[in-house]
Amino acid sequence: MKEVKDDVALVLCGEAGQGIQTVEALLIRAFSATGYHIFSSKEYMSRVRGGENSTLIRVSSGPVRAFVDRIDVLFALSPGAVDHLRERINGTLIIADESFGEEDAVGLPILEEAEKLGGRIFANVVAAGAAARLFRVEESVFDDAVRALFERKGPEILDADLRAGRKGYELGEELKEHLKVSVEPDPSVRKHVILNGTEAVGLGCIAGGCRFMSSYPMTPSSPLQIFIAENADEFDMVFEQAEDEIAAINMCLGASYAGARSLVATSGSGFALMEEAVGLAGMIETPVVIYIGQRPGPAVGLPTRTAQEDLNLALYSGPGEFARAIFAPGKLEDAPEIAAHAFNLADRYQIPVFILSDQYLADLYYNLPEPEISVEPEYHIIETDASYRRFRFTEDGISPRGIPGYGSGLVRVDSDEHDEDGFITEDLDVRRRMVEKRNLRLQMLRDDALPPEVWGDDSSAVICWGSTYWPVREAIESSDAEVTMVHFSQVYPLAPDTRELLESFDVTAVVENNYRGQFADLLKLEAGFEVDHRLNRYNGMPFSVEEIRKFIGEVFA
Amino acid sequence: MKPEDYDLDVDVAWCPGCGNFSILRALKMALAELDIPPERLVLVSGIGQAGKLPQYLKCNYFNGLHGRSLPAAVAIKAVNPELTVIDVSGDGCMYGEGGNHFIHNIRRNPDITNIVHNNMVYGLTKGQASPTSQPGFRTPVQVHGVFEEPFNPLAVAISLGATFVARAFAGDIERTRDILVEAIRHHGYALVDIFQPCVTFNRVNTFQWFRENTYYTDHDTSDRTLAFEKSLEGYGSGKFPLGVIYRADGGATFEENLSIYSDDKTPLWKRRHDPGKLKTLLESKMML
Ligand SMILES: Cc1ncc(C[n+]2csc(CCOP(=O)(O)OP(=O)(O)O)c2C)c(N)n1
Ligand code: SF4
Repeated sequence: MKEVKDDVALVLCGEAGQGIQTVEALLIRAFSATGYHIFSSKEYMSRVRGGENSTLIRVSSGPVRAFVDRIDVLFALSPGAVDHLRERINGTLIIADESFGEEDAVGLPILEEAEKLGGRIFANVVAAGAAARLFRVEESVFDDAVRALFERKGPEILDADLRAGRKGYELGEELKEHLKVSVEPDPSVRKHVILNGTEAVGLGCIAGGCRFMSSYPMTPSSPLQIFIAENADEFDMVFEQAEDEIAAINMCLGASYAGARSLVATSGSGFALMEEAVGLAGMIETPVVIYIGQRPGPAVGLPTRTAQEDLNLALYSGPGEFARAIFAPGKLEDAPEIAAHAFNLADRYQIPVFILSDQYLADLYYNLPEPEISVEPEYHIIETDASYRRFRFTEDGISPRGIPGYGSGLVRVDSDEHDEDGFITEDLDVRRRMVEKRNLRLQMLRDDALPPEVWGDDSSAVICWGSTYWPVREAIESSDAEVTMVHFSQVYPLAPDTRELLESFDVTAVVENNYRGQFADLLKLEAGFEVDHRLNRYNGMPFSVEEIRKFIGEVFA
Repeated sequence: MKPEDYDLDVDVAWCPGCGNFSILRALKMALAELDIPPERLVLVSGIGQAGKLPQYLKCNYFNGLHGRSLPAAVAIKAVNPELTVIDVSGDGCMYGEGGNHFIHNIRRNPDITNIVHNNMVYGLTKGQASPTSQPGFRTPVQVHGVFEEPFNPLAVAISLGATFVARAFAGDIERTRDILVEAIRHHGYALVDIFQPCVTFNRVNTFQWFRENTYYTDHDTSDRTLAFEKSLEGYGSGKFPLGVIYRADGGATFEENLSIYSDDKTPLWKRRHDPGKLKTLLESKMML
C-alpha cells in the first residue's frame, strides 16, 4: 500500500471532450470546502475532441501555489493518458479504467459504470467522485460541488451527475486498500476564495474602473474577455466582440477618447495586429490597457501552451518613440491591485499600459485569503473651457485631458504630428517638442515604478518576472541552497534603484519561459546589469518546482 | 447656426479646385441647418486627403489611423450617445484598408453618419488606383491599367442591411447638403458616398465626366430590391444614380442594443461603479 501525505500531487488525464475541466472544477471546490489548500493547473492540446489533456491538482495541508512535475496519483481516463505523462511517472499510483489493460495500474470500471449511468460523458464525474472519496471528502460536500456546477443544467442532468458521483464514491472505497492519503484540513481555508489568474486580473480591471472592452477571441486571453462580458451588466461595462484585433484596439481608443476607461485582451499574434494603434495611443496621448495572454509563438505557435515570449513585442510595439508601462503580475495575491493600478497609470500619464499574463497564470487556480484591492480609480478628466488645448505644453509633459461634450472646449486629436490644439503640423520645432513631451513622462513612470519583491536576504539571487513567481519561490523554499528571490511585477520601466539592488548580490540568475532571455537582456539595457546565469524553458510547458530547484542546486550550491 | 460658425482660420492643404472644398462647404451648411453645436459634434476620420477634413471645421475630432476610423467612431458613440458622430474618409481608407470595418459596422448599425469622398484614386499617396477606380485607369503602379472590378459600396451596404444609403456629387453643393442633412438625421447607420473629383491625380473622372455620367434618381427609395438594382447602375453601362438610393426605418441602433442603456440613459463615461458590488463578486468566489 502506498502512502502519501501533506502535499499530494493528483493528476487526472483524459481526452478533450471528456470533461477534464469539469473534474478540475468539481474537485477544487470539494477539496477547498473540505479545508484543503489546493493548487491546480491544466495543460491541453489545441483540439476540441481527442488528444490528451491533464489537470494537476495539488492537495495539501499548507499553502501550495506552483506547478510540480511529480505525480503521486494519476487517474487515467483515456487509453493514451499514461503514455502522455510517461516522463512524469515515477512511483506514481496509477488508477486507470479497466478496459485499457494498463499493467501497472489499479483498474476501475469507470467507463463501464458511466455507460450504465447513461453514457461515457459521466466518466468524468465518476472519476471525480472516486478521487474525492480517496481524499476523504464528505459525500455531502461533493454533492454540493456537483450541484454548484450542474444545477443550471436542469434537474435531470443534475440528478444523473449526482448518481455518477455516488457511483464514484463506491469505486473510491475500493481504492483505499491501495493508497493511504493523509492531508490535514485547515479550518482557515474555509474563509479563502478560489481564484484563477484570469479572474484575479479581471477583478482588478473592474476595480480600476474599466468601462469598455472590445476584443477578438484568442487563447489564452479569451477567458478574460468572458470574465468581463459576464460581469458587464452588473458593473456598467460594455463588451464588444470586434471584427478583428485592429478594430478592437481602435474601438478602445475611441472609447477612451470619449471618456471611458478601456481594456483590450489578446495574445501574441493578435497583438501583432494592434501595433499601429499602440503608436496611435502614444501619439494622441490616450490611455488604454492592453492585456496580453502570452503563448508560444512565432505566429500561431502552440495555441494552448504557455510562454513569456512577448515582452519584447510589447516593449517595442508601435512606430516611433513614446512612453509606456508594462506589468507582469506573478501571483493572485496582488494581480487585482496591479491591474487596477495599470488603469490608473494609463489615465494619469495618458499612455498605453500592458498587463502581460500567460496561459499558465491565466488558467491556474489556488485558494487564498481574499485579496485586498485598496487601489481606487483616480479620475483625471477635466471639464474644458473655450480656451482648451488638448496637447498644451506643460512642465511635466502631461496636458490636462478633456473629452468631447464635457465643457465648452473642443477636443482634437490627430495621428499626424500636431500642435498644441491637435492640428496637423509639419513645424519641425513643434515636432521636436512633442517628441519630448511624449517621452518626458517616462522619468515619472520610472520614479513611480513598482519595486521588485525581494524575498529572502541571501547573497545570491534568482531573478524572475510574471508567472514564475511561485515556482521560483517554492523551489528556493524547498532547496538547501541559500538564495534570495527577486521578482519583478513591473518589467518596464524598471524601478530606479534596480541596478544597485542587483549589484548587491554575488551571483545572479534569471529564470524565464523563453529562449532568448528577454528580461535578462532588458536588465542589461535598462539597468546596465548583466546576470551570471540564465535558465530558459521554451517547450510550451511552465517551469516546475523541481526543474528550478535542480538549477538552483547546480548554480548556487 | 450658420455655416460660418464652423469656420476655422487654418491653412488648408488641399489642391486648388479639388472637390473636397465643396464637400466641406456642403457639410458646414448641413450642420448649420441641423443646428449642431461644435462642442457636441465629433468628426472621426482616417488618413488621406479626405481624412483631413475635420481639421478644417470647428468641432471635436479624432483623426485616427488609415482605414480605422469606424471602430473609433462606433465606440465614441457608444460611450456618449449624446454626441453627433460623423465619420469622414476617402475611398481607399474606407473601402480598401478599412473594408472589414466597413462591412461589420453596417451590421452593427451605430447611429453615425459615414461620409466617403469617392475620387476613384489615392490622393495623398499621389495617384495609385483605389478600390473604386474604373477599369482601364492607368497609374504609375497600375501600369497596364486597372483590370479589377470596382468596389460597389452602395450595393454592399444595401445587401448588408444599411437603412440609409445615398450617393452625392461634390459638384452640386446644394443637393449634397440636402442629402447630408437627411443622412445625419437618419436614426442608425447612414452611408453617403460622394463623387469627388481629384483634379490632380484623376484626369479621367473629372467634374465634367461626373456630370455626364450621373443623374438624379427619383425611384421609390423604400423598395429595397429596386434600390439594389439602382445601386448596380453605372457599373459597366449606364449612368450612376445620385440621391438617396435606399431608405428604411433605422431600427434599433448599436448603442440602443447595449444593455447598459436599456433602463438608464446616462452616458457610459459618467458612470462610476459601486465598490460594494466588487466585494460581493469577490465573496462569491468563497467556498462557504
Ligand atoms: C497603414 C497605412 N498604410 C498606408 C498609408 C499611406 N496612405 C496614406 S493616405 C493613403 C490613401 C488615401 O486614399 P483615399 O482614402 O482614397 O484618400 P484621398 O487621399 O484620395 O482623399 C495611403 C495608402 C498609411 N497612412 N497607413
Ligand atoms: S490630391 Fe486630389 S484629392 Fe487630394 S487635394 Fe489634391 S485634388 Fe484633392
